[in-house]
Parts: sequence; structure tokens; C-alpha cells
Amino acid sequence: MQLLGHLSADDFRQRLTRGKIPLRVGPYIYNLQSNVPSVAAGIEVLYADFELADPLEFVDYNIAILRNGFLSRIRGEAEFLFDGKSPFDTIPTGQAYAFLEWGMNWCVSLHTNEYLKLHAAAVSKGNTAIIMPGVPGAGKSTLCAALGLSGWRILSDEHAMIPPHTAEIVPLCRPVSLKNESIAAIKSFSSSAVFGPVSKKTHKGVVVHMKADLQADSHDTKNVQARAMIFPRYSKDERQQLSPRPRTDSFILAAYHSFNYSLLCEAGFDAMRTLIENVDCYDLIYHDLNWAVKAVNDLPGLQGA
Amino acid sequence: MSFLLQQLLLEPRDILNLDNSQITQILSQARNSKLLASLAIELHRAGVDSQLPAVITRHFQSALLIHEKQKRDLAYDVEKVKLALDSIDERLVLLKGAAYLLSELPASRGRIITDIDIIIPHRRIDKAERALNETGWESSHINAYNDRYYRKWGHEIPPLTNTKRGTTLDVHHNILPPTAGSKVDADLLFENLREIKPGIFTLSWQDMVIHSATHLFHEGEFHHGLRDLWDLNQMLRDFPDRDPHFWDGLVKRARDLDLVGSLFHGLSYAQQIFGTPLPTWVIDDASDWSRRLRKPLMDFLFLRAFRPDHPQCALRWTGLALNMLYVRSHYLRMPIYLLLPHLARKAWMRRFDDGEPSREHRESEGV
Repeated sequence: MQLLGHLSADDFRQRLTRGKIPLRVGPYIYNLQSNVPSVAAGIEVLYADFELADPLEFVDYNIAILRNGFLSRIRGEAEFLFDGKSPFDTIPTGQAYAFLEWGMNWCVSLHTNEYLKLHAAAVSKGNTAIIMPGVPGAGKSTLCAALGLSGWRILSDEHAMIPPHTAEIVPLCRPVSLKNESIAAIKSFSSSAVFGPVSKKTHKGVVVHMKADLQADSHDTKNVQARAMIFPRYSKDERQQLSPRPRTDSFILAAYHSFNYSLLCEAGFDAMRTLIENVDCYDLIYHDLNWAVKAVNDLPGLQGA
Repeated sequence: MSFLLQQLLLEPRDILNLDNSQITQILSQARNSKLLASLAIELHRAGVDSQLPAVITRHFQSALLIHEKQKRDLAYDVEKVKLALDSIDERLVLLKGAAYLLSELPASRGRIITDIDIIIPHRRIDKAERALNETGWESSHINAYNDRYYRKWGHEIPPLTNTKRGTTLDVHHNILPPTAGSKVDADLLFENLREIKPGIFTLSWQDMVIHSATHLFHEGEFHHGLRDLWDLNQMLRDFPDRDPHFWDGLVKRARDLDLVGSLFHGLSYAQQIFGTPLPTWVIDDASDWSRRLRKPLMDFLFLRAFRPDHPQCALRWTGLALNMLYVRSHYLRMPIYLLLPHLARKAWMRRFDDGEPSREHRESEGV
């Protein structure tokens, strides 16, 4: 098995420029191409321990971030390409790395429907996983990063993918996206976190990605059983608490956080029902990451974790 | 000049002979031509989908699920539009994708739509717009120049968007702008409607074919060129089986609508790209010396436009051909004394302030 980090720096840059970096990410293969230095630097740091797929394998998603021509260099612009076509406006080169990660999310959000997909972070210990759905800004990525730095395995920062008829999560480990204040919060939480390039002034503010494959089993492909669903909410002024919430109400909220619940129709309802019946649901209000990590660690009923 | 996607739509079994890198290409081309679900259905009909590995079929399944969801949404939205039009005693007449899907024509197999197109007699359009506004279909935010442009020179009003569901509704009163070289008498279209469900109508089969060809050859952008030609091919293979007189009056009808040129090109490119079987006398009847004379130039342009919008499929001069077609589409739509100020204004707005939502906003929903 060849890891991306096994390539020499020169070999890596050459392959990336020519679009010959087929990375295995969970159940998918992304083929990456870029001639933008910050994108290359980010991939080199954050994906070093990812497996390079055999060049003869089928590729799920072809992605490129390219600067073409003199004018786009002068203007500091690059283009995100999916299937050779640009679905977005041109992007400032300074934000190119963030767009690579968003583009990789976008592929899964729009083009995969073999799983029920929740907009959620997911972490695990042993064979026990926790799903953390949340709207942007709820603090799910921050909590996910903190748990990842505290011995939990990060299954995904963005998509919890659940095969219908199961309460399992398909691992889709990729760097965790941190925004604005949460960057400093994670830096002060742990000095061992590894970061990629900083993208400033994006429509979400300052964005930085954190290396997420920190455990020996980070790249295992076997599904992991979900036991709990936590709805995190960052709040400075409220009392921190982890409190159980009813299943029926959690069903509706989880459906709201799903990318494809209504698309899957009846199968989506059945998949969600199976999932909700098999997990305990909680609300988590927090502002201190150490407190929140301890609360999750102490969660009742996570034997084996 | 043939390319993989075209070959597989016609001979789905050939996918079994492709290697992984070719299948990667096919998926990429089909996805960006909006033909992935159509290809999925052709593979299924040929019984080859079950012989492919799951890592590949999951993409076809996903595209089919999106297609199924669109069909459900369409049925719901169309019912709501119908209620609005019922309130002013106007018939609901669907065009293009919505018409194919609700008529369950072979052209609807895997068909992806981006909006719902309907047509209403010009004299009723203000009343219809008000009735639709009252039921939650609102004019999108476009600037004053574009709004005026639509209303004065267009064959449709500015697109309406459903405030709750986000669906886009295009309300036409003709199939070409009044400024176009071809003068289409829209009243003729309303004479031959087909009722496909109680109170829901489409154009007649002949008019559907003529409209599809017209749309194709007046468009300025060809992102969906191949998909639209596939629609036409599917219809031309299907209608003659259902109606033995389908071919009889087709060219005459196109002549009455002043659209015989578009029909000629539509028929000939469907035949050239997808091998659509056509009676020789029909194509002869639609042809004339000037069309025959221009055919080599048209081939240069359109055989490029009908390839997937993918770098792997681009030929030499593809960029030039697409630019020429963009200009062509404009001079077909309006005389030069209107066209030049319009293009200048558009370029100005693009450069400085267009006041319209950016491409990112329109296309990245779901990120």
C-alpha cells in the first residue's frame, strides 16, 4: 500500500500538476489536480497518510484547482473544476485550499445517495460511534476536532453516511474544517494539532483545516455502529449541559440536518427510523472544550468505548 | 468524430468492454452532459447494469434517485401551477422536460430538468402572472434592464420562483422571440394541444419535435446540447410507432410555423449523431439548396457543440465554434440594430455591476 507521504516532494508536485493523485477517501477515490502552490502544500500536509489508489482503479470524483494563463496569475484567481467544468465562480488563489475541501464535500453532498447522509460530524472509539449533527456555526467541527485530539477516531467532519437498514456509519475521514474563533480554541486546546494553509476572507471568514487521521485505525474501511446522537450547540452565556432529548423530536431534527432524507423518500424515512431507534439522543450546550470532551467521554451506555 | 458517451447511449452493452479509466471518463462526460440518469436507464434496459461492480453502479443509482425525486416534485409543482391557472380559466400547457416527464414519453427516461416551462397565449400573460404571483410564484431578482428586455423583446416573462420550494417556472407566450427571423404564429400551437392528464396539456407530438429542434438551434449555450439532441432522437424513434401519420404533415407543419430550417437541422443531426431512422423523403422535403450549401459550415459548428462539454471531448477549434454559435444564436433572435446595443449593455453589466445573483449562488445550492 502506497501512502501519499511516501512520494518524494518533486514526484508529488509533478503528479499533482498532471492530475495523477488518486486518493482513497473512505469508500471513494478522488483524483486531484492542481498547479496552485498552497493547494499542493495543504494536500502534502493533511493527506500524507492517505492511501494512493492504483492508477487502474475507477475514479469517483475528478477535481482540479487550476490557475491558467498570465492574466489569472496577475489577478490572483484560480478555477475549481469538477468533471472538467467549473460549477462555481472563479476563486481567489488565497482561498484555493478551502475551496478544494469544500469542493470535495460538494461531490458527496450532490452526487452520492447510496447512504442516508446527515450534515454531521462523527467520531468513534472501538466499535462505538457518535453522530453530531449541527447547522454551520453550532460548534460540531470544533468539538469533533477536540475529540479527535483526545483519543477519539474522527469518522467525518461533514457527512455522517448511514447505510439504510443499519445504525452504522461509513468512515469518510478527511481534514476537519475550523473557522474563525474555533481555530484559536483548538490551538489552545492542544499543541499537537497539525494545520493546513490559512484561507482568509472567505464567505465563512478565516478557514483552516486540521489533520484528522490521528489514530492507528483512522483509515479502516469497516462501518462503525452508532450508539448516540448528540446535537451540540456552542453558547457562551448558557450553563453547559448534556441532557437527553426525546427520539421523536430528534428524528425531525436529524431529518432537517439530512442532505437526502426527502430525496430517498420512503427509504429515507425507514433508514432514519432504524438509526434513531438504535441511538440515544442528547443536547449538548457547551463553551469549554475540556468540559465538553469529558461530558462525551462520560456518556452513559458507551461501554466498550 | 464519435465519442464514448454517444456510443454507449446507443450500445449500452459496450460498457462491459471498457476499462476503469474509460468508465471514469464516461461517468464524467455523462454527469456534465446531464445524461447520467438517461445512460443509467439505457444500461438497465439492456440488462448490463447488474454486471457492473457496485462502486460504479452506485453512481447510476444515485442519478436515478435524483431523477425520481424530480418527477415527484414536478407532479406536485405542476398541480399547484394548474390551480393558479384554473382560477383565471386558463389551460396549463407544459413544454420541454416537464411535458416529456408528465406524458411519460421515452424522452423522459432519466430526463433531468432545471425548471418548468409552460406556454400561455400572449394576451393572457399579465393575468396569468398575477394569478401565479398570488400563489407564491414570484419574479426573481433581476435588474430593471433585464426585466424590460424580457418583457419587450422576449418570448417569455422573467422567470418566476416558488418562494417556498425554490422551483423555477418559465412562462412563455411563444417559442421564439418576436424579434427572431422566423415569425412563429403562436396561436397555431394552441390549436393542436394534447390533453395528457385532466386539465394538463402539451403541444402535439409534431409540434414537440419542431419546438425541441427550434430550441436546440437557437440556443447560444450548448451545455445541454447533446442532451437536447438525445431528447429529439428519442421522440423521433417513438412518435412514428404511436402515430403512423406522424411523418406525413411534419414538414408542412414546420413550414406553417416558419421553422422548417430548425427542423431540418434537428433531423439531420439526430441522424448524424444518434443514427435516428428517418424517411429520406422527409429530410429531402425539409432541405433546400441554401441549407445544403451551408451544411459544411453548420457541421463544423454543431458537430463540436454536440460533444459533451468536457475537455476530453474538445476537438480542434471547439472554442471558436462555440463562440460563433453564441453570436449566431443572437442574430437569429434579433436584428443587428437591436443586437449590438444589447450585447454592449450585457458586456458592460458583466464587467461592472450586473445586479444578478452570481453563478455560485445559483448553482451551488446544497453545498
